[in-house]
Amino acid sequence: MPFLEVEGISKSYGSTKVVDNVSFSIAEGETYGLLGPNGAGKTTTISIIVGILQRDSGSIRINGKEHSVTDKASKAHIGFVPQQLAVYPDLSAVDNLRFFARLYGLSRADARRRSEEVLEVIGLSDRAGETVSAFSGGMARRLNIGIGLLNRPGLLILDEPTVGVDPQSRNAIFENVKKQTGEGVAVLYTTHYMEEAERLCDRVGVIDGGQIKAEGTQRELVSAVGEDDTIVLRMDGGRESAIRTLEALPETKQVSGEGSEITMLVADARAVLPQVLDSLTQTGTVLRSVEVREPDLEAVFLHLTGKALRD
Amino acid sequence: MSAILTILIKDLRQRSRDGTLLLFALALPLGLAFMLNALLGGSSGSGEGGFTAEYTVVDEDGGDVATAFTEGVLGPLEDDGLLTVTTAATEDDGIESVESGDADAAFIIPSGFSDSLADGESVELTVIGSANAPEAVQVAREIGRAFAGEHRRIQLAVTIAAEGSDTDGAELAQRAGETAAPVTVEEDASAQRRELDTVTYYSAGTAFFFLFFAAMFSVNSIFEERGNGTLARLLAAPISRPGVLAAKLSSAVLVGIASMAILVIASSLLFGADWGAPLGVAALSVSGVLAAVGITAGVAGFAGNSEQALNWLSVIAMLLGVLGGALFPITQLGALSTLSYFTPHRWFLDGLANLSADGSVATVLTPVLVLLGMAAVGGGAALFRMGRMLHS
Ligand SMILES: Nc1ncnc2c1ncn2[C@@H]1O[C@H](COP(=O)(O)OP(=O)(O)OP(=O)(O)O)[C@@H](O)[C@H]1O
Ligand SMILES: [Mg+2]
Repeated sequence: MPFLEVEGISKSYGSTKVVDNVSFSIAEGETYGLLGPNGAGKTTTISIIVGILQRDSGSIRINGKEHSVTDKASKAHIGFVPQQLAVYPDLSAVDNLRFFARLYGLSRADARRRSEEVLEVIGLSDRAGETVSAFSGGMARRLNIGIGLLNRPGLLILDEPTVGVDPQSRNAIFENVKKQTGEGVAVLYTTHYMEEAERLCDRVGVIDGGQIKAEGTQRELVSAVGEDDTIVLRMDGGRESAIRTLEALPETKQVSGEGSEITMLVADARAVLPQVLDSLTQTGTVLRSVEVREPDLEAVFLHLTGKALRD
Repeated sequence: MSAILTILIKDLRQRSRDGTLLLFALALPLGLAFMLNALLGGSSGSGEGGFTAEYTVVDEDGGDVATAFTEGVLGPLEDDGLLTVTTAATEDDGIESVESGDADAAFIIPSGFSDSLADGESVELTVIGSANAPEAVQVAREIGRAFAGEHRRIQLAVTIAAEGSDTDGAELAQRAGETAAPVTVEEDASAQRRELDTVTYYSAGTAFFFLFFAAMFSVNSIFEERGNGTLARLLAAPISRPGVLAAKLSSAVLVGIASMAILVIASSLLFGADWGAPLGVAALSVSGVLAAVGITAGVAGFAGNSEQALNWLSVIAMLLGVLGGALFPITQLGALSTLSYFTPHRWFLDGLANLSADGSVATVLTPVLVLLGMAAVGGGAALFRMGRMLHS
């Protein structure tokens, strides 16, 4: 049973449908990415799930139970990291953490302990007593994420958590998220960075204009839009014979050579690769490197919406 | 419940570090009360307030009631060093000394004053004040009114003479009788002195005036939380929306009660203010704080953002303060003074005056109920607008 089930939720502002019949589900330990450009409806969808916004229609189940704006029990299962920094600048990091821990019903002692743990996780233990207004943007972001971990959520929702974060902090955030999924947490992650979705998410929903245009693993999405994989082979000499060998393979769609490099197009590179390597070894070709390029989500997005993800 | 308490404690912690709030809730009211007190002089024999008024008395009557006034009322005040009293032979001389600045005000007791009173006729005690000494004139007015309160059928007429103008005495006296609304003495003997002494009046007035600013900064924290994004977290947390609002308003109420308590104690210790029976003062203060927070929250519910809320609320705080007599006595507002009944300030101050007049806590019941009613209306409006207020 999925931990989060979203079924046909919609939300309109006036006559504009901002979220339009959105459905998806996330299993325990799974990371689901909502990938879409600015204004796609990601934050609105999340606001409905965490109970900030009332939905016009549709249903949401958390851990099998119907969830609504007034439902405190299921709200307690959700860890929420808003897109906008949401911390008290006039309080210290540890006071921020303790406050939100208490708000989620942790006892005083638990809140104290859990805050220390989270500070460790987000790498702010040595700055715990400092007022947040003195933090760098990246540090405040890390605290923003840490608050979402306090209640040991079953569902962790992160709305573009890496905006304005340096690569090092970004990696730390990814590690945190992976650690959570390793512990069985269902993660909902929105982003308009294709690389993040590819690196982090088990499944991706491509959202645009309030609608989920396609959904699946990266592979499924890519094959659904019919884009081919590319295999790039580099070798020492014997290029022509290698090309002939590869052209003879039934899965090969196209082969071309340039310098010491051969580029071939196949439907599914992972499936074909052992065959490719076998046949080349048999003809005595010495390979220096092999690279598989799968079409990325950028290509999928372009294909689905006719526009690029960013700008 | 514990989530509400958590927000409440967090809020109080933030407010206690909020310099602006401390300024408006404590420093300004104490400072202003101190200034008004220094200007108007301490009562209750403190003597060192620095206030002295110079009055001249024109006693054209010479009867026993007139003597009771000059010797029984003005005499002791002069002995206390609060006044210097001179006499003038005629009404014109009296007006002359006011216009020349020798006296701050003149009391005119017309001839036949005592006899007419004895015959059961109405008589008039006239105060002619200098435009340059409003405080002294105010005090003269209060003295006259106090005296009129003790004697049925005395009417008090007050007028102001501009310095340097060469007004005809008879004309001025006539104008006093016509223009200034005479304070008619009531039959009800218990109504005779429902007035607070000056120090207490200004301490209470400024305290209640600034209470609205304290409430404003507390209620505005809802908008602040919206601005720094934490409101979204509160709404996503396992706590109901009315719970969030309740926590916010409770912290405003507690801040208000704390600042009132400090101001009551500080003004008593520093200026010798006499607020009256503690239970009555507490009832009035708490219901007054509730009214201030309720009205503030109700108004904030209609504001779109923090800036708009602060703008509206400061104007309303000023307006209610002025109309309600928190900064100067309502009697100076003339016809507008009936409007004061729409302000919590008026009811708060009236309640304190009742309390000081007869000391029984029961006399504050009506003001307390009116204040609670205002709190309910404002709080109801806030609840009604909650959806919009809490929209993140
Ligand atoms: N309160 C509101 N009133 C009217 N329109 C709104 C409101 N909130 C959001 N919208 C509109 O809804 C659409 C979706 O907004 P949303 O914030 O969900 O997008 P998003 O995918 O999160 O974008 P971003 O990547 O920029 O965060 C936008 O067109 C936005 O203008
Ligand atoms: Mg967004």
